[in-house]
Amino acid sequence: MNRSLVPEPLARLPWRMILLVVAIATFGQVVLYSAAGGSMQPWAMSQGVRFYMFVAAAIMLSYVPERAWRQGALPVYAVIVVLLILVELIGAVRGGSQRWLDMGIRLQPSEFMKPAIVLACARFYDLLPAGETRKFSAIWPAALLIGVPALLILKQPDLGTALMVCAGGATVVFLSGVPLRLFVGGALALAVATPLAVNFLLHDYQRNRVLIFLDPESDPLGTGYHISQSKIAIGSGGIFGKGFLQGTQSHLDYLPEGHTDFVFATMAEEWGLVGGCLLILAFILVIRWGINVGQAANTRFARLTAAGLATTIFFYVAINLSMVMGIAPVVGIPLPLVSFGSSAQMTVMLCLGILMSIDRQNRRTVRW
Amino acid sequence: MKGTPRPVTEAMQSYTFSRRAWLLGTAQAGFGLVLAGRMGWIAVAQNRKYSDLSESNRVNMTLMPPRRGWLIDRHGVPIANNRTDFRVDIIPDRLVDQDRVLASLQRLLALPPEEVERIRLDLKNAAGFQPVQVAENVDWEHFAAVNVHLPELPGVAPTRGFSRHYPAGAAVAHLTGYVGVPSAEQYQKSHNPLLVTPGFKIGKDGLEKTLEDRLRGTPGAKRVEVTARGKLVAELATRPDVPGRTQKLTIDAGLQEYAARRLGTNSGSAVVLDCRTGEMLAMVSMPAYDPNSFSDGISHLEWNMLSDDDHVPLMNKVTQGLYPPGSTVKPMNGLALLRAGVSPSERVFCSGALRVGTGVFHCHKRGGHGPLDLKHAIMQSCDIFFYEMVRRLGYDHVAPVARAVGLGQKFDLPFASQRYGTVPDSQWKRRKYHDDWTVADSLNASIGQGYVLANPLQLAVMASRIGSGRTLQPSILADQVRDSPPLPLQSEHLQTIREAMWGVVNGGGTGGAARMLTPDVALAGKTGTAQVRRITMTERASGVLKNGSLPFKLRDHALFMGFAPADNPRYAIGVVLEHNGHTVRNLDTPMIARDIMTYLVDRDRAIASLAEVEPTWGGDIATRMAASQASYKAAQSPRPAAVATKTDGVVPTDSAAVEAATDLANQTQAALTGTSAAGDTVAETGSTERSDE
Repeated sequence: MNRSLVPEPLARLPWRMILLVVAIATFGQVVLYSAAGGSMQPWAMSQGVRFYMFVAAAIMLSYVPERAWRQGALPVYAVIVVLLILVELIGAVRGGSQRWLDMGIRLQPSEFMKPAIVLACARFYDLLPAGETRKFSAIWPAALLIGVPALLILKQPDLGTALMVCAGGATVVFLSGVPLRLFVGGALALAVATPLAVNFLLHDYQRNRVLIFLDPESDPLGTGYHISQSKIAIGSGGIFGKGFLQGTQSHLDYLPEGHTDFVFATMAEEWGLVGGCLLILAFILVIRWGINVGQAANTRFARLTAAGLATTIFFYVAINLSMVMGIAPVVGIPLPLVSFGSSAQMTVMLCLGILMSIDRQNRRTVRW
Repeated sequence: MKGTPRPVTEAMQSYTFSRRAWLLGTAQAGFGLVLAGRMGWIAVAQNRKYSDLSESNRVNMTLMPPRRGWLIDRHGVPIANNRTDFRVDIIPDRLVDQDRVLASLQRLLALPPEEVERIRLDLKNAAGFQPVQVAENVDWEHFAAVNVHLPELPGVAPTRGFSRHYPAGAAVAHLTGYVGVPSAEQYQKSHNPLLVTPGFKIGKDGLEKTLEDRLRGTPGAKRVEVTARGKLVAELATRPDVPGRTQKLTIDAGLQEYAARRLGTNSGSAVVLDCRTGEMLAMVSMPAYDPNSFSDGISHLEWNMLSDDDHVPLMNKVTQGLYPPGSTVKPMNGLALLRAGVSPSERVFCSGALRVGTGVFHCHKRGGHGPLDLKHAIMQSCDIFFYEMVRRLGYDHVAPVARAVGLGQKFDLPFASQRYGTVPDSQWKRRKYHDDWTVADSLNASIGQGYVLANPLQLAVMASRIGSGRTLQPSILADQVRDSPPLPLQSEHLQTIREAMWGVVNGGGTGGAARMLTPDVALAGKTGTAQVRRITMTERASGVLKNGSLPFKLRDHALFMGFAPADNPRYAIGVVLEHNGHTVRNLDTPMIARDIMTYLVDRDRAIASLAEVEPTWGGDIATRMAASQASYKAAQSPRPAAVATKTDGVVPTDSAAVEAATDLANQTQAALTGTSAAGDTVAETGSTERSDE
């Protein structure tokens, strides 16, 4: 790109990443167009309009200085925790679980918690003196920061989001440099706790999902139906897929949630292994860009935030794809930028906005 | 690294971060590879499995019932074929306004309210693309009316299918059996989707049942693309059906129908065999149900009428009816006597009664026949001659000959149930009753009463074997060559007996009424009467009651067996008329046998003979059946609701109801058999042969 022709602030945007994101989202809209039976309505059009609004918003967010994120991190976190409590108290009952707060527009506070937990944890380790890193006081406040919203979200109940909040927080804790043995011990504790949690903490439908995941063929027309049909869609796509608008699993409604959580299966049926690998590669490149932003950052907060947010995007993609391919239980995490729906799209674009802001900061520092 | 130096701890933190961030990035990329690998496994390695699953999701097959193979007679005339059947179905998925459409259909097809209710129920339970039957066997006017209104009836599908048709109706009922909707149990056993396809019928009885595999064929399939909710999206290529294979029978369709008509109002059966091959030319059991209406599913009324009838129309009497063969065994007795060394010229004096021990055995002729030799004893059907001869010889010498000519034998025929009766001897009695054989047993058996039981087919086989001198095996499927070695009897003996049988009909014997209408072809045969009640001493003293004055169930069975032409046997016949009682001459065995045999040599003469008498019986079979159904309906009129409700037509003749009817018919006989062993009462047993002179 010729710098002399393009205004300097525009040239400073990470265009390669933005093009990659636009490519993913555009492909997503193509898939939604097909999922609607070859129609822009009801999904592809609104998804596209919303996406470009979010892109604009993210670019605007990139002008917010890193300092503002640092100072706002904990207050925003506190506000979201309060909102989560409000949801618990007065939230409208919807779809068997309380996730929404109806305030003129529907608000799902747990969605904001995904980036907020990263910012909050990053801010905490930013405040923590370097010498304290290997002490116990480096652990318990972070555990509290993660545990409170995670439990509130689990109570809604929304297992997927709770998992992602935990994972996002834990990533920051890991990156902050606390002793590795804590993580090894934590992993072991998790291995012990999981069966117990499955038995005592989870709701019936959640427990079912886990059990069905372990043996999907046991109940092909019941709860395992989603996974079975998703695997059929992916498996019947083969290497090059059945062709655009040729998917039968999605068009004949055998694939449930083919435009939301299972949109990857809809895509894979028509575009095959090739489409799937390209999509995975694109996501990995976007995430790698985010990690690299973190590597290049020059404040502790920026480093932890950047890598943490990139990993949040990773968890979205990884959990969704694992679920769709039958290597994880159905937990209701959409595929960002591709699945129809505003929440995940918004969260990911918010993450990218913050990442671009940090990236801008990095370049300024380099230029300094 | 960064420009300005920082405190050591900060730097260490930074270093730790970049190491761990690198680790994280690597792990993420690694997981990306895992996902790609997993996807590759599903999409490439297991592609076939999932493609098949996807295809079976997408495509739904609606089976089209195959056309059933025909049953044709020896000349290629259809005995059971398929008639174009106009039917109307509803494809639930395309139905727009169910109530309006059903109302129009009810008007157009004149559907009873019960049927509309049934359709409503079926529609509720049906998958969207699976047709629901509205009506089958719709006549052309109604079918055309529906077609005209088709544009206003979305979802209604008038189609042309095929339904089973038996041109001869009741005349072939017990030969072919009938077809019907498969039962729920049959579907549960095989889970063959064809069994629940609308319009598909399965063989329920007779040849239709035993030849099911051959006749069924392979269903065609209408392949349609459907959504997960069963909504029809598109119609794909249709696979045509493969019709079942045609089965040629040895039956002569014309003879079969003629024999059925000639039996008239009798409850009886007739079998005609080819004396050269053993092939069955006719196998008739009357009265019978109409297999055409059975195949559509019969009404309760019709079913009740059939099961109430004392003429047991649901039973195939040819293979399932067992009767004491009576005097028809006398030619066979003669063979046994000759074989044991009795001279054909040896005479016995018949005084009309024979005292054996404490009992007295009577001849059917009150005054006795005087002195007779074997030939005349057969011609006059003298009981005393055979009492005396078999008393001397012992029945154990007769039984092997009885078996050799086919009595008590089971034949390899494609009918589900055959009852094959009894040829008793001392061993048999010891096994069965743990008792000794008595002289009285021998005497009863010698006139085909007592323990002796045979079915009409065996009578015909006996005639064919005596006529041909060979061990013929009856067959009904064409082109079945069966070995028929010569009978283990001397041909002079057989010739003597054949001459006697010629005499029965043509030489002043008891069967004079059977003399053929054609002068150049003679019939040889033997009449028989089987008593189903005991004649008490007092009754005999005051004169044996005439059959006409007895209730139907107590009248004698009338039997006949014979072959023609007498000098060169081509055809053999067996006729058994239940409780006929020899009351009406043109409905008695000799004339019926005569006309059936005449049909084989001079068809026109036989038809003329039938045309003379048929009107006196109330018309042909269909007319009489319609009349009796109407009168039954009138008698049952207070219950009109039952008429509309269809049964599935599950009425196989080996059902318990028919078994019971059969047993009832024979249980009088069994009672007689039971008492005949006991001394004095035996004395009262005797035949009441009717003399035609």
